[in-house]
Amino acid sequence: MNILVLLKMVPDVVEELEVAGDGKSLDTSFLRTIINERDDHALEQAILLKERHGGKVTVVALDAPDIDDTLFATMAKGADRAVKITDAPEGMTTQMAAKLCGQVVAGLLPADLVLTGVQALDDLDGLSAALVAQQLNFPYIGVVTAVTAGGPTATVLKEFAGGVRGEFAVTLPAVLGVQAAEKPPRYVPVAKVRAVMKTNKIETVSAPGDAGAAQIEVRQLAKPVVSSHAEMLEGSPEEAAGKLVELLAQRGLL
Amino acid sequence: MASNIWVLAETWRGQVTETTLELLTLGREVAGQSGSQLEAVLLGDKSLAASLGAADNVLCAANVEPTPEAVAAALAQLVKERQPQAVLVPWTNLSMDAGALAAAQLNVPFVNGCKDLKSDAGTLVAQCVVYGGKLEAAVSATTASTLFGVLPGSRSAASPGNAPTVTDVAVTLPEAKVKFTKYLEPEAGGVDITQQDVLIAVGRGIQTQDNMELANDLAAALGGAVCGSRPVIDQGWLPLSCQVGKSGMQVKPKLYIMLGISGAPEHIEGIKGAQVVVAVNTDAAAPVFNASHYGINADLFEVVPALTEAVKAKKG
Repeated sequence: MNILVLLKMVPDVVEELEVAGDGKSLDTSFLRTIINERDDHALEQAILLKERHGGKVTVVALDAPDIDDTLFATMAKGADRAVKITDAPEGMTTQMAAKLCGQVVAGLLPADLVLTGVQALDDLDGLSAALVAQQLNFPYIGVVTAVTAGGPTATVLKEFAGGVRGEFAVTLPAVLGVQAAEKPPRYVPVAKVRAVMKTNKIETVSAPGDAGAAQIEVRQLAKPVVSSHAEMLEGSPEEAAGKLVELLAQRGLL
Repeated sequence: MASNIWVLAETWRGQVTETTLELLTLGREVAGQSGSQLEAVLLGDKSLAASLGAADNVLCAANVEPTPEAVAAALAQLVKERQPQAVLVPWTNLSMDAGALAAAQLNVPFVNGCKDLKSDAGTLVAQCVVYGGKLEAAVSATTASTLFGVLPGSRSAASPGNAPTVTDVAVTLPEAKVKFTKYLEPEAGGVDITQQDVLIAVGRGIQTQDNMELANDLAAALGGAVCGSRPVIDQGWLPLSCQVGKSGMQVKPKLYIMLGISGAPEHIEGIKGAQVVVAVNTDAAAPVFNASHYGINADLFEVVPALTEAVKAKKG
């Protein structure tokens, strides 16, 4: 089966995030970006499907710092093609980016499935999968945790709350917003990525058409104003652990 | 009078969800600020309208299947016909895809992760949680009838109130291409984390499956069980039934100790009922410390063995 995977880079939130001088955007000067975690799961699900059913996996991503390394890594993992969209405007919202990506995806059809993460850490005005599905006029479902293909429909599991999942029959071609692949995203050794860099190429396409204007205005971006903060237990690990045990004992929790 | 504020009523296995009732509380505040009426949109079983008395009116279309495709098509159609000022949609696994698709069909934003919504001189401004809870954005939309995805826990649940007026509405649905077939229940067996007094919750910071032993030892010393956040479940180090948060369980232990969990809203959503919450994390700015009573800003690999020993020593 033919599968298109839409990826994007997002800030690594393990790092400290700073707000830019305008008070409305992220300070990108020292920003480390990584692949959106849910997109990594979408890629893994695509490769699992390819391993089970054969076919091709094509990865599509907007240009971003470190994107080449990420795209080579996807090919080292098992993607057949990687397409990078260049010359897109800076600072696009999710809605705007989806508009461009959807047009590129449309140009890469036919495909049986378009997979992307159900959401991204920096989404504010929509979810890519739903926006692209609407552009392509494909059916869509999100929060997907398993896909079984075969025939004109796919059997898709969607995660609800409390560990309950729902099974859905989805007519192909379709767009799925992936929450988690059936297996953890695979690890690929750096040596393998380096080897792929020598043999494979990243294709590039110029951003097609117009991304449109943002339909939201970010009035302020700031660290959360918190109503409460933990009482921090200081000292060496042993001292902090000792303090915690005393506090728990006082509260009758030991 | 301004056009109405809507809440998409979410139903789950024959009941209106708690999140819907919370959104009705928020929706009532927003409607009050803008001098408009509050309406709930119920797509499905009309008898459930009795739970939605916090709304002034319930718009009910009974023929809608619980798929994101059908819910989105029905909602988009009703929004086009009736043009509400805004639609509040539960930002939950159940409804987020339907909200996103309806917004895409209407070409309006689906403003995500809102923990608050206010009218500011006639414009609605949402306070949105972004970057895993590290930052918040105040967001307004330039469109009419914008959809807002509101996080669970934004307000207290509205009481059902008197039976509301119900307006039957007709929607025409496209041919279904996404069909619900069945529910899959979580596998039985193992520990029921919703019944534990002490839970040790493990996150990405645990790094490897072998390190889970540290959490197991601490849980054994405290007489509790181990649970986890999404990344640990994704890795297969704990079963789905041990996941706490949006997709997992709502827990209410007396003591909840988080090891290497950043504190994303999806996880914190699941521990609202916990009595004493402790976090251990190397990142002093991790949002988890805003959701805990006690915090230790240190390496869990140093703290946890010390804590396990200290607990054992104290207990004798």
